[in-house]
Amino acid sequence: MTQQGVRWTADQVLALAPDAASREAGSELGAASPWSEAGHSDEGTVWGLCKGSGSKPYRTVIDVADASGPAYTCSCPSGKVPCKHALGLLLLWAGGDGAVPRGQAPDWAVRWASDRRRHVREEGRGKRTTDGASGDAPAGREAARRRAERRSEHVTAGAVELERRLGDLLRGGLAAAEREGYGLWEETAARMVDAQAPGLASRVRELGAIPASGPGWPVRLLEECALLHLLGQGWLRRERLPDGLAATVRSRIGLPAPAEGPALRDHWSVLAQYDTADSRLTTRRIWLHGARSGRTVLLLSYGAAGRAPELSLPVGLVLDADVRAHPGAGRLRVALGERYGRGDASASGQGARPPGVGVARAAALYGEALRDDPWLDSYPVTLSGVVPGPDGGDGGSRGCGGGGGTGDRWQLADADGDSALPLTSSARSRSGLWRLVALSGGAPVTVFGECGHRGFTPLTAWPQGPGAAVPLC
Amino acid sequence: MTEAFEEAPVHRDVPPGPSWEELVTAALLGTDRRTPPGAPPGGDAPAALLDAAAVETVRRRAGLRPGPAAAPLEPAAPDPRPVPPPAAGRRLATLLADRPSPGSGRRSTAPDLMELLPQWLAAANRRGFAAPPELLPALLDAARGRTDLRPAALAFAGPRAVWLARLNPEWRFALRSAPGGGAALPGPGETEAMRRLWEEGLFAERVALLTAVRARDAAAARELLAATWATERAEDRLMFLDSLRAGLGPADEPFLERALADRSRNVRSTAAELLSALPGSALAGRMAERAGSCVSVDRTRSTPTIVVEAPHECDAGMERDGVAATAPAGRGERSWWLGQLVEAAPLGGWSARLGGRTPQEIVALPVADDWQDELHAAWCRAAVRQRDPSWARALLGAPAAAEAAGPGAVSLAERAKLLGTLPAGERAEWVAVFIATHGLSETFQLLGVCAVPWSEPLGRAVVDALDIARDAGSYPWSFSGVMGLAERCLDPAAAGRLEALTAARDDPEDASPGAGGYWAEAFQRLVGTLRLRAAMLAELDGG
Repeated sequence: MTQQGVRWTADQVLALAPDAASREAGSELGAASPWSEAGHSDEGTVWGLCKGSGSKPYRTVIDVADASGPAYTCSCPSGKVPCKHALGLLLLWAGGDGAVPRGQAPDWAVRWASDRRRHVREEGRGKRTTDGASGDAPAGREAARRRAERRSEHVTAGAVELERRLGDLLRGGLAAAEREGYGLWEETAARMVDAQAPGLASRVRELGAIPASGPGWPVRLLEECALLHLLGQGWLRRERLPDGLAATVRSRIGLPAPAEGPALRDHWSVLAQYDTADSRLTTRRIWLHGARSGRTVLLLSYGAAGRAPELSLPVGLVLDADVRAHPGAGRLRVALGERYGRGDASASGQGARPPGVGVARAAALYGEALRDDPWLDSYPVTLSGVVPGPDGGDGGSRGCGGGGGTGDRWQLADADGDSALPLTSSARSRSGLWRLVALSGGAPVTVFGECGHRGFTPLTAWPQGPGAAVPLC
Repeated sequence: MTEAFEEAPVHRDVPPGPSWEELVTAALLGTDRRTPPGAPPGGDAPAALLDAAAVETVRRRAGLRPGPAAAPLEPAAPDPRPVPPPAAGRRLATLLADRPSPGSGRRSTAPDLMELLPQWLAAANRRGFAAPPELLPALLDAARGRTDLRPAALAFAGPRAVWLARLNPEWRFALRSAPGGGAALPGPGETEAMRRLWEEGLFAERVALLTAVRARDAAAARELLAATWATERAEDRLMFLDSLRAGLGPADEPFLERALADRSRNVRSTAAELLSALPGSALAGRMAERAGSCVSVDRTRSTPTIVVEAPHECDAGMERDGVAATAPAGRGERSWWLGQLVEAAPLGGWSARLGGRTPQEIVALPVADDWQDELHAAWCRAAVRQRDPSWARALLGAPAAAEAAGPGAVSLAERAKLLGTLPAGERAEWVAVFIATHGLSETFQLLGVCAVPWSEPLGRAVVDALDIARDAGSYPWSFSGVMGLAERCLDPAAAGRLEALTAARDDPEDASPGAGGYWAEAFQRLVGTLRLRAAMLAELDGG
């Protein structure tokens, strides 16, 4: 995660917290008073004793040297990972005021850290050998092929069923669907889950929310139904599609596809990290930008509901690492591979700014990305020389009745041009919008975000002059 | 699809399909009722509609182009001040992110960060720093919820906060209370712009304007107000009048005298209060005369004694001068009137009236017929209103005196206010002696008026008293108010000396069970907070 001996910032530590309560409890423990015998070693182990309510203090150990993120252990009964003690100790260590001095780790800390590192090494080796075994043995390959075939049959049955239901819907009219409410969609989504097509299931579930989403809902519902139809048809005729598009269809349907693209080594700076959660899953999106390749790629990490996904990369961190692309979908999504040495700017929070484009180019980039993936809602773009401001609101272009609450509409305008991208409604409701406006103060800024058919969602901004990245999400 | 986008024109060489509007209409009504344009009749109409809609959806999305830019915002006025060092900026972000956790009962050993925010802001302002722009929203949100934070927060936030507040109605308070009123207000020379804003502006803008002008030129503000006074609503008159409190001077007297005849009772009494704070005013003279006629020294007794003859009626003249005629339930009318007269009479007149005595000597005189409480309480209010340290000193008495802690004429709240009129050093010394003599139980309000960080003798007195309370075996939360103050106000340099107290001690025999552990925890928290405060200051100094 970081260079040994280089401390993290408090922001980086707090980004590890699984929820807001932990963040708060952790910051409270980030003071010297409850801790004793704390220290850190050159091997990347941080340890300490934290006085709790009981007679015996908790033993907390963190391994910050692991490339796949820090690992924790604590003798407290909390089920959260990391627990508030681990967060508190890391904060204290990050504070760097001598409360966690460099030293020799006590036996209990050394034992855990070395057990863990050995375990991780063995697991890595074990994985390679089993992969090899299943790949080589014809019997194993045959079984895997049959499994995949069976799943394809399920998905095909699901897609046919979905097409039938969409047909019924369009025959009766979308106006009638509004009266049916969520039940219709939930039931259809459940069928798609049975058909082992989670991508179809989640799209169907999202359809259910559209009729209640305000003016213009029939247009949005028709768009999404049409794209769902396109996906179903794509699956049913996948043999006739070009390879790239077929892979995109498979990944949009929700079939697993290992990241098997060639390894791309670069200095990746973390542009943004944000979580979205539904009742089942927390999804973390991490956007990286490669200094050499100029590519912007997406890492996804998942956590069970209410728990933070394991991977956490604070904005500004720079990693020297391999990434491998997942197939399809414009190859935006990658998996993190080997990490080399330690990021050279890891703790300074000063990843390079990606080069930016104007608003017209940003819209065009999204349009071009639709060629590879017509289901794409947005595309990562860095805008430079843009000024956030309220959308004057007197209709502007196609004034289809957007009269109400013009003060709520915001845009990013080219500083030396006369065109602007609207901000998405989700961006408008976030406190990040105000951070962006405050950072700009009416002057041009550089903004990284997602540009799509709903508008632009700003995720990170840089001031006009020198200055670190400001996360907006 | 957002309306602020523009759709690209359809290319000439693309064969025109059915229009999007026609597709939406057919989808809404259903293909059973409306055959979609260009669809073959029969059972495949829905599929044909979806095919056409899919093409159209992707075409529309791919063709989206930026819309026209709105009129650009006027950029925020530049702030020449530097931002704090990065570590200090991160600390501020942490302080602003700290929200009291609901229902977290007992206080833990960790510092209460939100309570340190005022200090952080004061320290940053002393060093001439400007807020990092990206933290302004959190800072304004914090100041919105806590009016006590506003002056320091807005000074630190600078002109960009005023700029932001014009964009977000939730932060409108910043327009009202920004120092100097912000960039929107007309400058000293712009008489015409000033007049127009005063006559046409919103209430908040007008208050801001009046406050700003008053700070610059007291007379100009009064003239501005006088020009429209007759047409203002009563609530507005009250607010405007209140803004004359700043920079109050003898020149305001004629205007205030006229306000004594106002239709609104609240306006009248505020005008009277302001006039009574001007010892040379005619109203103060009239009050001195009325009060003087009620209080005198009877030299015929064995010891000179103050005798009080409270007024028998509240005449029209008294009412016009702001005396409220109707007493609150449970209070005698005559003592109610007396209290108001004495409170509004200039304190400087009493010496001549009562035999050339000093305030000390006057306060020491016995008062006949149980009038002492009433009379002394009124003098206290007068000393606070007129900010008269010699009378405040006399009324406070010696901190070590037995009656100082008793339920005497001077309540704790009044004592705290009286202390507020004394110089900081004298204030701290008085409270230190008081604590050393009487312990901590009555000191919360008194400590609240002492300057931060506490002087060395005051800090020592508080720590010693806490140690004594621990030895007495009571629970620390009986002193949580004082503990909280000590965390915020003790000099961080005292942390080393306190370290010894953080060790758990065996409970004394008659102690409440477990008290020793809780005390150790409370002292840990105290030391932790002091360390944090020291670190905060070091970060601001770039350490």
